[in-house]
Amino acid sequence: MSHPHTPVSSRNLPPIPGPLSAEIRGQILALWPRYPSKQAVTLPALHLVQDSLRCVPNWAVEEIADILDLSPAEVHDTMSFYGFFRTEADRLGVKRLWVCRSLACSLRGADELLEKTAALLGVPVGGTTADGAITLELAECLGACEGAPACMIDDEHVHDICDMTKMTELVTRLKQSSANKH
Amino acid sequence: MSAYEPVLLRRLGKKECQSIAGYRADGGYKTLERVLREMTPDQVTTQVKDSGLRGRGGAGFPTGLKWTFLPKGHPGPVYLCVNCDESEPCTFNNRVLIENDPHQVIEGIILASYAIRAKTAYFYVRYEYGFGTRQIQKAIDEAYEAGILGNKILGTDYSLDIFVHRGAAAYICGEETGLIESLEGKRAWPRIKPPFPAIEGAFRKPTIVNNPETLANVVHIMDRGIEWFKSLGVPPDPKNPRDAGSYGPKLYCVSGHVNKPGIVELPMGVTLRELVDKHGGGVWKGRKAKGAIPGGNSMGVIPESEFDIPLDFNGPGTVKALGLGTAAVTVFDEETSIVDVLYNLCRFFAHESCGQCTPCREGTGWMLKIVERIRNGQGRREDLDILEEVADRIGIMPGTTICGLADGAGWPVKTAIRKFRPEFESYLKEGTRGGVRLKMAGAH
Ligand SMILES: Cc1cc2nc3c(=O)[nH]c(=O)nc-3n(C[C@H](O)[C@H](O)[C@H](O)COP(=O)(O)O)c2cc1C
Ligand code: SF4
Ligand code: FES
Repeated sequence: MSHPHTPVSSRNLPPIPGPLSAEIRGQILALWPRYPSKQAVTLPALHLVQDSLRCVPNWAVEEIADILDLSPAEVHDTMSFYGFFRTEADRLGVKRLWVCRSLACSLRGADELLEKTAALLGVPVGGTTADGAITLELAECLGACEGAPACMIDDEHVHDICDMTKMTELVTRLKQSSANKH
Repeated sequence: MSAYEPVLLRRLGKKECQSIAGYRADGGYKTLERVLREMTPDQVTTQVKDSGLRGRGGAGFPTGLKWTFLPKGHPGPVYLCVNCDESEPCTFNNRVLIENDPHQVIEGIILASYAIRAKTAYFYVRYEYGFGTRQIQKAIDEAYEAGILGNKILGTDYSLDIFVHRGAAAYICGEETGLIESLEGKRAWPRIKPPFPAIEGAFRKPTIVNNPETLANVVHIMDRGIEWFKSLGVPPDPKNPRDAGSYGPKLYCVSGHVNKPGIVELPMGVTLRELVDKHGGGVWKGRKAKGAIPGGNSMGVIPESEFDIPLDFNGPGTVKALGLGTAAVTVFDEETSIVDVLYNLCRFFAHESCGQCTPCREGTGWMLKIVERIRNGQGRREDLDILEEVADRIGIMPGTTICGLADGAGWPVKTAIRKFRPEFESYLKEGTRGGVRLKMAGAH
């Protein structure tokens, strides 16, 4: 399970308006034929929603349930098992930066890297910077141990972030790319 | 011995190693075509069974034998679930395979699906492998385009679909029934066995779960034959009547305090020492090794004095570690405190326990708390015995839990204490002054 992070509701973000776009609904529906049960589309549907909204709002849980003929409680039950999915109050920043803390990385300074990155960003692990650019996460082994300490941005590995100079560069790059997005 | 020529990784780093054109130019999919035309599914199963191939995902179960457990004459559907959850810490061989040679894995999937008469295969891949997932998806799309997937593959009567299914960052999805529950859209809570997946698996239908490295081996067993496969590796240990031998090539991961962390393909049975000194470039900073985990976190910890064990399915057991696991070796040097290493291992399992079974949920949590208090210099004399007792009692082998995560959580604890007891005792006596501590942020 992922980390039981601290909610960062202090960001006071405006609510995300529903409903799901026709595009996302269409993508969810297109997955039906792949599985003999509609419930099996739950995880892919949650991914589609979180990829686009950076969280899964309650209204989206209800909508997914409606599309898949489930009760919202069933969808929520699955969603909450994977600490990976975020609620609306706790939505992700533009980029999600994961720092691995498992053995191979820890032996090469990962714990200190995580602590100092949290200080650099001014957020606790699990938190999002005030500008909404970066959410910091801890990860268990990312499967990139030959590049320890390993990090990941959203779902792509970054190797050899071996000191804070490199981490600072990475953070600057991420902040710039998110500023360009706005 | 002449240098071993890699088979599974032979295309690594080549131009076009990911594309179907490159794969076919190197002879890819020829084996599939021949097998689909000339062999029956049962003949494939028999060849895989007779090769002695054992699963590379951690448990080492004989692959062909598992396939024969499917109910005979079942009307279907039967499913293949490819277990690319690869979350055992320090393991990355599946990632290297799917990122660099995805068609080799796909050819293995089609051969296995044909053998078990599956018409649908699910490729369950951990979320963290975004790049690898996109490589596999691209390769699947190319294979459909080339008539190698979908209806009537290569003009034969056999049809197969492969669907990629992404996980969501949870280790327990690698346990085969946790994977199946997760695939079905539920919490990844492992199921009580029996029934085993071969009888009742995904969507309540007979299901085979295999690791991508296992499936990549199937391609070469069908291509080069049983004799070739058995010419590599180690025959059964006559001293261990339960050992079924360790044949074929294996992908070994080396990480931690070595000069050259990475992956190397070798015939089964290389010693841990050769892996560290030769393939890992030796211990870093001119230091000596204190110990290593021989096959991912779950297999336990062993001291440098035991580095001469062969890394085959039987070797780690001879020094009372759990087993070969994923053959992922992580070395720690002489300046690392064993207390820090154990703390890290315990933290992982406490974090990843799915919480279904009380002995696992509470046991992993308490083992972490006790190791943490030892680490903070507040350990009590009785702590080591308590830890050993808990570690011995949680798990599917002692019969107190639903799945093997709890066994994997117990083995590092008992092996660390049994093999490094003097260091723990001096740490207990001298508190934090006893060892050099890794700086740990303690995110909880
Ligand atoms: C806690 C736990 C985690 C596991 N994780 C994985 C994994 O990530 N990948 C894998 O192939 N097998 C994993 N396994 C083993 C699977 O349950 C199963 O034995 C394996 O996928 C079968 O494939 P194979 O026979 O090809 O090795 C895990 C087992 C346990 C108990
Ligand atoms: S042993 Fe642990 S991980 Fe496995 S089912 Fe029980 S609680 Fe979950
Ligand atoms: S231990 Fe960090 S990526 Fe494997």
